Amino acid sequence: MNSAYEKYFRQDRLPHIWCPGCGNGIVLSAFARAMEELNIDQDKTVVVSGIGCSSRATTYVDFNTLHTTHGRALAFATGVKLANPELNVFVFMGDGDSSAIGGNHLIHASRRNIDITAIIIDNNIYGMTGGQYSPLTPTGKKATTAPYGMVERNFDLCELVKGAGATFVARGTVYHAKQLTDLIVAGAKNKGFSVIEAVSQCPISYGRRNKMKNALEMINWQKEHAVNVKAAQKMNPEQLKDKFLIGELYRAEAPEYTAEYDKLIERVQKGGK
Amino acid sequence: MKKYQVKVNEKRCKACGICIGLCPKEVFGEDYLGKAVVKDDGKCTGCKICELHCPDYCVEVGETA
Ligand SMILES: Cc1ncc(C[n+]2csc(CCOP(=O)(O)OP(=O)(O)O)c2C)c(N)n1
Ligand code: SF4
Ligand code: SF4
Ligand code: SF4
Repeated sequence: MNSAYEKYFRQDRLPHIWCPGCGNGIVLSAFARAMEELNIDQDKTVVVSGIGCSSRATTYVDFNTLHTTHGRALAFATGVKLANPELNVFVFMGDGDSSAIGGNHLIHASRRNIDITAIIIDNNIYGMTGGQYSPLTPTGKKATTAPYGMVERNFDLCELVKGAGATFVARGTVYHAKQLTDLIVAGAKNKGFSVIEAVSQCPISYGRRNKMKNALEMINWQKEHAVNVKAAQKMNPEQLKDKFLIGELYRAEAPEYTAEYDKLIERVQKGGK
Repeated sequence: MKKYQVKVNEKRCKACGICIGLCPKEVFGEDYLGKAVVKDDGKCTGCKICELHCPDYCVEVGETA
């Protein structure tokens, strides 16, 4: 990594505990580059995470950090942002963390359109606990709890947050690492709830079980299966079979929660009802 | 043509093979543990694919002249 970004990491915590080839580290360097591009004040920035391998991110990044409980990162982040709306708030979650146990919080953060940027590291599995399936495990793929293949239908988390009211929704991959940085920057600039799903690889708990023998193969899979939204417009359904969309998927304008709350406080303090 | 110097921080390297496999110019080889070693950075084009994709922040590509 370029030494200019080393200041975003707690040097005494490196090397991190992630397995060789784990995508979490790549997402984190995309995040560091985004912070540099935003020229962010580290002391005015809070990074919150839940529980999971991906949520270990808060151990390594040098900001005000909060490593919370499984699925609840957004609830803590909401409290932080409401207490001091001046702070920049970022949240790291895993696919299980955000869509299973924490699905509820994801819906309500979206619905409130609170000015938080959530980065969901989607490795299609519960990595930390050894490979149970998550709602984002693709149909047919194997997990310890789906030894004969995932029987449930595929689930699109980006569509969920879009429907629930998030005002910036994007998907990237660790292969498209530069674009991932751009998406984090754009999400951070959006005054509202932003979600960036970062498709990543867990070679240990997912890849090995699904005939992808190493991280390199998994990264190359991302390269071959991700299609930019703009390019997809010129493709037919046959060409898009087995592909997934990356890039800025959705943007909208809506009132932001902390701003609305401030208005309410002002009105009531002036004796309004 | 610009020249580049490629450095690998071997203390942090976990031998995942990503930089070795993704580099279009085969700049990297591996040592007996599978850790990345710079074989020939004379061929490096400065694309930084290795630097962007190292999960352990080991690779740094710099311009020399
Ligand atoms: C309340 C609670 N339930 C269950 C767990 C066990 N647990 C720890 S991490 C995890 C899943 C993590 O999966 P994911 O969110 O996809 O993150 P990853 O490890 O893949 O990055 C579970 C179920 C827990 N820590 N707390
Ligand atoms: S188990 Fe998977 S997600 Fe967890 S550190 Fe290892 S490779 Fe990464
Ligand atoms: S910058 Fe590009 S060409 Fe140079 S070593 Fe890295 S991947 Fe290879
Ligand atoms: S990508 Fe990084 S950790 Fe992996 S082999 Fe290369 S230098 Fe080592």
